Amino acid sequence: MNKSLIKALGTAFVGLGLLSAAPMAAAWEPSKPVEFVVPAGTGGGADQMARFIQGVVQKNNLMKQPIIVVNRSGGAGAEGFVDVLHTKNNPHKIIISLSNLFTTPLATGVPFEYDEFTPIAMLALDQFILWVNADSPYKTAKDYVEAIKSSPDGTFKMAGTGSKQEDQIITVKMEKILGKKITYIPFKGGGDVAVQLVGKHVNSTVNNPIEAESHWRAGKLRALCVMDDEPLPYKEKVTTTQSWADVPTCKSAGLDIDYLMLRGILAPPGLKPDEVAFYVDLFKKVRATPEWADFMNKGAYKQQFMTGKEYSDWMKAASAEHFKLMKEAGFITK
Amino acid sequence: MEEINSLMHGFSVALTLPNIGFMLIGIFLGVLIGVLPGLGGANGVAILLPLTFTMPPTSAIIMLSCIYWGALFGGAITSILFNIPGEPWSVATTFDGYPMAQKGRAGQALTAAFTSSFVGALFAVLLITFLSPLVAKFALQFGPAEFFGVYLLTFCAFIGMSKEPPVKTLASMMLGFALAAVGLDTVTGTLRMTFGSTELLNGFDFLTAVIGLFGIGEILLTMEEGLAFKGKSAAIKFSVVLETWKELLHHGKTFVRSTIIGCWMGITPGGATPASFMAYGMARRSAKNKDAFGKGEIEGVIAPETAAHAAGTSALLPMLTLGIPGSPTAAVLLGGLLIWGLQPGPMLFVEQKDFVWGLIASMYLGNLVGLFVVLTTVPWWAAILRIPFTIIGPIIIVICAVGAYTVNNAMIDVVLMLVFGLLGYLFKKLEYPLAPLVLALVLGKSAESSFRQAMLLSDGSVSIFWSNALVTTLVVLALGLLFSPAVAWLRHRGKEAH
Repeated sequence: MNKSLIKALGTAFVGLGLLSAAPMAAAWEPSKPVEFVVPAGTGGGADQMARFIQGVVQKNNLMKQPIIVVNRSGGAGAEGFVDVLHTKNNPHKIIISLSNLFTTPLATGVPFEYDEFTPIAMLALDQFILWVNADSPYKTAKDYVEAIKSSPDGTFKMAGTGSKQEDQIITVKMEKILGKKITYIPFKGGGDVAVQLVGKHVNSTVNNPIEAESHWRAGKLRALCVMDDEPLPYKEKVTTTQSWADVPTCKSAGLDIDYLMLRGILAPPGLKPDEVAFYVDLFKKVRATPEWADFMNKGAYKQQFMTGKEYSDWMKAASAEHFKLMKEAGFITK
Repeated sequence: MEEINSLMHGFSVALTLPNIGFMLIGIFLGVLIGVLPGLGGANGVAILLPLTFTMPPTSAIIMLSCIYWGALFGGAITSILFNIPGEPWSVATTFDGYPMAQKGRAGQALTAAFTSSFVGALFAVLLITFLSPLVAKFALQFGPAEFFGVYLLTFCAFIGMSKEPPVKTLASMMLGFALAAVGLDTVTGTLRMTFGSTELLNGFDFLTAVIGLFGIGEILLTMEEGLAFKGKSAAIKFSVVLETWKELLHHGKTFVRSTIIGCWMGITPGGATPASFMAYGMARRSAKNKDAFGKGEIEGVIAPETAAHAAGTSALLPMLTLGIPGSPTAAVLLGGLLIWGLQPGPMLFVEQKDFVWGLIASMYLGNLVGLFVVLTTVPWWAAILRIPFTIIGPIIIVICAVGAYTVNNAMIDVVLMLVFGLLGYLFKKLEYPLAPLVLALVLGKSAESSFRQAMLLSDGSVSIFWSNALVTTLVVLALGLLFSPAVAWLRHRGKEAH
């Protein structure tokens, strides 16, 4: 009890220090609780990050008003995005985005565009790793690729999160490269997907690192390759023999796929520059905490921070890329 | 035995003075949260989660899980007193709990519910303590086909048990399936039956439907019957607890059966809701006096409550070891673990022994403390029914509206609640059963997606439903339950013909 009291006092002092520094940095600050919309269900990657940010802000006293996390997952996240779009000029609402910012309007036909929102900041990019069960005979991505190539269409089963979203886009990309059909089975969340693979009900998944990390550490899953143009930078051992950095790129195994998912913050249309500045500053502070470094490490995120025009430009390119991918896969609803 | 040692160590972690204090606070808050429909365990835990960040992880999780137990206990209170289930797994408790309260036996119903919850939870914790490695392995056996088997079993255990004609049951269930289908189709990723409206993107929430169908529907009926709560003349004394306990001793079989159903459903992980419905269905099937069910039979309270808590508790295990939250409340709890640097998953038991065994120990203590807290309050809860309807009626409506609103922070849900209220009233008047509708609404979507996932896996061949021993057993049991009334009827006729 005493220890925790000291800890609490400690954080309070740190908080005071930050508060005294705050007035110079930002003229505007929230006057009521900020609603943090998660356009996905509870327990997934976006939800985990949002709740983590809520905790870090509260714990380190980075903001006077509390953050309230609200899940609006209806219609593959369309519900959340539409809700934020409809509250124009409201600086007390922000949304955490994932790839469904680009895929949902195309797949469901609910009209909203990435450029209607006020961009705040890109917090990180999430990686995708090709996983198989540790008991399977495929030791490397090459083994697995060869096995798919030499079997009839539809022999191999891939589990993924949702339908016509990032996991299925990657699966379609794989099919194109390998020239074989892979049976894609959609599940509700990344956690369910990983467990289906541990239980050997499917052959592989493309889980984000954080979704499969604990199963990997327990020796139940094998990481074959990462879908980025370079290996992950995290050199600390996760399993007894491997670190994230030891996972080769898929490109090196002849599976030329490079796909990263946005973990970024958007706000309703029409936010004033000083309101945007407050949130940019807030997320800079969040990123400076030791908890954040730990969180990035655990989830093996690609650490990239962007704001303003740089961030909008990135989203513009990502939107065009997703349109191309979704069109090729035939996932666009007219 | 290693487990005993670990557990004793857990008790030493959990049994510190501050931790017991957190336990009491947690239980108390939990009961309060459980009583207010819509505030619900998930919201309650989410609101209180930030308060715990400065606490040591073990104390924090003890307090939060006590809120969870408290909310589970509290959920039964509104189901019995006002026919408003706050959580999906309390729905089956209303079937006999509410009629009991109307007959002036609210005290007995509450005592039975609380005691059953405790018994169910206790056996589930024992199971977790001694069989955790086995249990975690068993959960991994469940692929889409096995999940569908569990849902099928639930539907079959429940069908044919209502007093209403089978056609009406079927009609009600089909309406439930149709409502469950609204929103995003997870298998194809396209929208269904939303008719271009953004309000319907999320489909129909269980809570909105149930608050309307049961709560508002019941209030409309009461108004029609002359604004009277029938239970108000009941004498209310503490001795009611002891008397009810004596009565409960005669229902040992129901306890055992419901605990087994509950633990099994919790591990599989079918969850608490199917468990409560299945246990209720099984209790009615094996009862001598089937017609008494639905009119205030104490067994009809024991069965669902025991099973729901056994399932709710044993479900924590796959949740901790596999990292899959079994309910929204659990999801928020898991989110909290991350802040303390604990990653739920198979390694939690190996790397965080203090935390895990502290939590398990707190399950024993939390439930015991919870039982004590709620039992002492039985007379007061039952006394609420003495308040004239003209005062309590409007209060209930306001609480219902707030509850519906907090589901999504949207006015549309309040409107939907009223529409469901009218529907519930019509159903009662036309003597259609509500339970099949609710069951289909709650489990329809999961049953549908696991069926379609299984079909994708097997490339469209139904043989996947008898491809291994586990799924075959589930399906055979389900079909057996479905056709057993027909078989019994035929046999009966056969005998008469001789």
